[in-house]
Amino acid sequence: MQASDRFNINSQLEHLQAKYVGTGHADLNRFEWAVNIQRDSFASYIGHYPLLAYFAVAENESIGRERYNFMQKMLVPCGLPPEREED
Amino acid sequence: MYLYSLSLQRATGIVCATYGNFVGGKTQEIVVARGKVLDILRPDDNGKLQTLLSVEVFGAIRSLVQFRLTGSQKDYIVVGSDSGRIVILEYNREKNTLDKVHQETFGKSGCRRIVPGQYLAVDPKGRAVMIGACEKQKLVYVLNRDNAARLTISSPLEAHKSHTIVYSITGVDCGFDNPIFAAIELDYSEADQDSTGQAAQDAQKHLTFYELDLGLNHVVRKWTEPIDNGANMLVTVPGGGDGPSGVLVCAENFVIYKNQNRPDVRAVIPRRTDLPAERGVLIVSAATHKQKNMFFFLLQTEYGDIFKVTLDYDSNDHVTELKIRYFDTIPVTSAMCVLKSGFLFAASEFGNHALYQFQGIGQDTDVESSSANLMETEEGFQPVFFQPRKLKNLVQIDEVESLMPILDMKVANLFEEETPQIFTACGKGSLSSLRILRPGLAVTEMAVSQLPGVPSAVWTVKRSVNDEFDAYIVVSFVNATLVLSIGETVEEVSDSGFLDTTPSLAVSLLGEDSLMQVHPNGIRHIRADGRINEWKTPGKKTIVKVGCNRMQVVIALSGGELIYFEMDMTGQLMEIEKREMSGDVACLDIAPVPEGRQRSRFLAVGSYDSTIRILSLDPDDCMQILSVQAVSSPPESLLLLEVQASTGGEDGADHPASVFLSAGLQNGVLLRTEVDMVTGQLSDTRTRFLGLRAPKLFSALVRGRRAMLCLSSRPWLGYIHQGHFLLTPLSYETLEYAASFSSDQCAEGVVAVAGDALRVFTIERLGETFNQTVMPLRYTPRKFILHPKNKTLVILESDMGALTTEERDTNKKEAIEASGSGENGKMYMDEQENGEGEEEKEDPLPDPQYGFPKAPSSKWASCIRVLDPKAGETTCLLELQDNEAALSLCTVTFHDKELGTVLAVGTSKDLKFWPRKESTGGFIHIYRFVNEGRTLELVHKTPVDGVPTALCPFQGRLLVGVGQILRIYDLGKRKLLRKCENKNFPNTITAIHTYGDRIYVGDLQESFHYVKYRRDENQLYTFADDSCPRWLTASLHIDFDTMAGADKFGNIYFMRLPQDVSEEIEDDPTGGKIKWEQGRLNGAPNKVEEIIQFHVGEVVTSLQKASLIPGGGECVLYGTVMGSVGALLPFSSREDVDFFSHLEMHLRQENPPLCGRDHMAFRSAYFPVKDVIDGDLCEQYPTLSTELQRKIADELDRTPGEILKKLEDIRNRII
Repeated sequence: MQASDRFNINSQLEHLQAKYVGTGHADLNRFEWAVNIQRDSFASYIGHYPLLAYFAVAENESIGRERYNFMQKMLVPCGLPPEREED
Repeated sequence: MYLYSLSLQRATGIVCATYGNFVGGKTQEIVVARGKVLDILRPDDNGKLQTLLSVEVFGAIRSLVQFRLTGSQKDYIVVGSDSGRIVILEYNREKNTLDKVHQETFGKSGCRRIVPGQYLAVDPKGRAVMIGACEKQKLVYVLNRDNAARLTISSPLEAHKSHTIVYSITGVDCGFDNPIFAAIELDYSEADQDSTGQAAQDAQKHLTFYELDLGLNHVVRKWTEPIDNGANMLVTVPGGGDGPSGVLVCAENFVIYKNQNRPDVRAVIPRRTDLPAERGVLIVSAATHKQKNMFFFLLQTEYGDIFKVTLDYDSNDHVTELKIRYFDTIPVTSAMCVLKSGFLFAASEFGNHALYQFQGIGQDTDVESSSANLMETEEGFQPVFFQPRKLKNLVQIDEVESLMPILDMKVANLFEEETPQIFTACGKGSLSSLRILRPGLAVTEMAVSQLPGVPSAVWTVKRSVNDEFDAYIVVSFVNATLVLSIGETVEEVSDSGFLDTTPSLAVSLLGEDSLMQVHPNGIRHIRADGRINEWKTPGKKTIVKVGCNRMQVVIALSGGELIYFEMDMTGQLMEIEKREMSGDVACLDIAPVPEGRQRSRFLAVGSYDSTIRILSLDPDDCMQILSVQAVSSPPESLLLLEVQASTGGEDGADHPASVFLSAGLQNGVLLRTEVDMVTGQLSDTRTRFLGLRAPKLFSALVRGRRAMLCLSSRPWLGYIHQGHFLLTPLSYETLEYAASFSSDQCAEGVVAVAGDALRVFTIERLGETFNQTVMPLRYTPRKFILHPKNKTLVILESDMGALTTEERDTNKKEAIEASGSGENGKMYMDEQENGEGEEEKEDPLPDPQYGFPKAPSSKWASCIRVLDPKAGETTCLLELQDNEAALSLCTVTFHDKELGTVLAVGTSKDLKFWPRKESTGGFIHIYRFVNEGRTLELVHKTPVDGVPTALCPFQGRLLVGVGQILRIYDLGKRKLLRKCENKNFPNTITAIHTYGDRIYVGDLQESFHYVKYRRDENQLYTFADDSCPRWLTASLHIDFDTMAGADKFGNIYFMRLPQDVSEEIEDDPTGGKIKWEQGRLNGAPNKVEEIIQFHVGEVVTSLQKASLIPGGGECVLYGTVMGSVGALLPFSSREDVDFFSHLEMHLRQENPPLCGRDHMAFRSAYFPVKDVIDGDLCEQYPTLSTELQRKIADELDRTPGEILKKLEDIRNRII
């Protein structure tokens, strides 16, 4: 593989990472991955009204409250991030 | 196996709604999105909501807004969906369709985190629209018009901000300055990095204004400021001369007015007194009312209380005060619309939707919180309290039934009717109900009156063609005729000119204003001036049958002679022609005179030799036979009906009118045959079995069009609805004879005779498939079973975070006693005192209206109910104590038959879902049925170490799913005895089915597991499972190798164990045990195959196998959380599969869904669709334009008529 190609692929990847939230990279850690999955899930719950209604029935809350709760959970979906290892 | 999927009842819940003038003109319409269906509703003159149009869009609609270009008279609809596209729709009044004006693609399809579609906001002046996602992306489209005054849309302008969650967006009203959009944003980038949690705690929501610079054509972040961290919703405040502009930020407990360069104005939202202190008050829906010189907002909280918010502002548009006053309480809504006509449309989150009329706009005496007296203390702002009261400002005038959410469904014929009933457990909390659905239209009875004898026939007649209403009801008896005149009251008259000493055969209006009565011995023609012409039958012959319209009369004499009369220019009835038929005539009919013609061309004659003939009435070939049709049984009744499937206007697409000959045969079959307009040839016959009696056919008026009433063992109505011809049963008694009826009180009714009574009724809610009988329940129904022998239902109801009825009653009493000082409280005291001694005093706060008081989420309220559906009474209700919640049930007959069939109920104790699902155990209750199954008696209670989430009888023992464990229990004296168990299920067992010694176990996340029980070794082991993860919500056993399931994401699938594997396991003496011990890929040694896959688009909560028509094949019925009921019918021939899959393919190409989602992609949203043909798409065929229909028909080598017939046939096989 030529050096220029590698550069090309990398730049493409960077472009994707900038454009699409959640595009992975080689050094992705478990926490980042989980946070991403969780945020995607919550966004999907909010987008699919029948699912929101399903949760609302289970928890005996209004759909509006359920939507708000899911939005709030998107901030810290999997607890606090692990401490950074110093390079 | 191939299945045909068809929605029987479209979704009834509402996701979002908007309103405006879509038709053009003065009226306002409401557009509601029901998930994948877009409806246009309009309140009619009587305040009843009518559906103007209903379109299936094959996508998930998430947001709707309406806008109007300046100076225009008509509004457009913008739809945000999961299609990755923005779609602008315009209502087409001529065709009654929604036309796609623009469709712009901006991203991938699906409900994704950063693909816009979740939020929509529009500039109040209609110059731009913003479409946003939950995170990061926001796009602004500039709207304008071109030289031809057509709407144009620009390319998108980005207003993205990464690492930012968006809660709400709205347009800010700033007159004709540059359009501004406001958004509530929360930046999470720092919280993701900071492991101390400090950043997460400090995360601050911001209100950001985005300005669209129309000159530079770009969007800038104009202004951003921190706001309350509980903020969840924005409401536009009128501006540009109408008000101070800016936005209302609805936050938990507060409403805050904000605008750039203006101070915040904040007021607390009043709380209910019984609300636990730790709970906030969240606004979930809002409506704005704007008049010439005033405006106010209605905000509804998550508990259902509506508050009226008003702003005081000075001449510089500085807001000085924000007032929040309690308005009224109605069930929680997902959207509210305040119409100009003084109506409030409330789209309920759960349960029925309602239309209210305003009685007032908020009294001064109600509790009010204001920014002026906001008190801040050390613990925060001082709350303001109020007590909900009866409706004061709103009056409910109409209700639209909604099944949302269906939580369980069973189909059985408990009432021994012609067709089975569908029992659905619906609703949530205080809105819970059991609804019994019967196929058919609901009928509103207007009047029933007894007659002096048993009538044989009834007619209504106008006095003149130009009259709006009928003048007489004529009832014929065996030997007399009774004439009733319709006025203020209905009373007998004798001056009508009708002969009352003889029975009648027909009564009708003739010519402009003369009346005709046909009796066995002649025809009596009563002219408007009172002159009477009588025509007598020759010899001893009598008239047996009559067919007539306004100009023509044909009579059949005994012996089979037909005589044809026509009205001449002078208004005389003249005999034109005679014809001898081969035998007696069984029935005859003439179509009404077509508009602008002298006469109708065809006469239909049915004979007892099982033939139907079409005779010409044209002068040149008068009484010549044009065509003959042989039928299976002698015809009883004929009706020529001109079906204008639609000539545009309010009801569907363009279609040439065609004449259909309907014939009711003596064997109960209804034939519908198309009559060629020119030659009179009969073709294209459709048959349908209606009931055990020969159908009698009558014409009626439905929405101003001719429709057909068929009276068999039950009445049916054939009518056109949105381009479809529908033949639907009416939920009413058996009728003998009917006629359409129109009077002052009842514009389109039917008068009918049955027994010795005269009945007047109207048919409402046309187009609905089911009618409902509702029985209220106490808590959210979770599951229920039918007890076919006792004909009762056993229902489990449980609510999380609710107080038991007992606690609630005590609290209520205490609250009433405590709040003697409050104005509201006083009112209750009075009522309480007045009510003393009365047995049934009216509840001042009925629960369905006000909801249950909230309790901490750790509290459960639950009960077990035995209900007799026929009488509609609860025969036994056991309230569970100690925080137990009933979650599963089944009936079981144990080996030791001493107790007979008993009821097993699985309960949980202290169940909690968050932060993780846990409980302090559970119980299995065993109840004995006593008192003929009407009451329950506890036998014993067995504690188990988890929650028993699934129960099933198995070979005289009980199979229980407790979390990951599958167990077999046997009955003991004091408790159940554990016999055998398998602990290796992945998550939680949610369903168990058995067949022979095979057990099918459904897991919460991992689909089905096929389990075998080996009696000799007393072992349970899994021999096959699924390779896909499936979050199971419903399951159904199809056959020995096949299971049907539905998952949380709205998919239905069937899976089957391959034949060879199934045989191998049955033949293997060890039952595949050795293989099981080895295992494969952490699962069972065999995998099942998926044979059916279909995305419904709504969470399916129940699956049932049933046949809804007598003698029809079985289909799978499903009910969803959105309150829809659908069916999957297996195809019986390969030919049909080919036909429908080709039709579906062509429709996918020629008729792409309205909201821009690709049909195939939608049906394959999670897994590729397999072997299911979408009937909902196929049924859009009649709504296409004629050319397109012809084009598709040509490709399929058929005629459009044949395709319509096919569609009708397959629908008739389901319902």
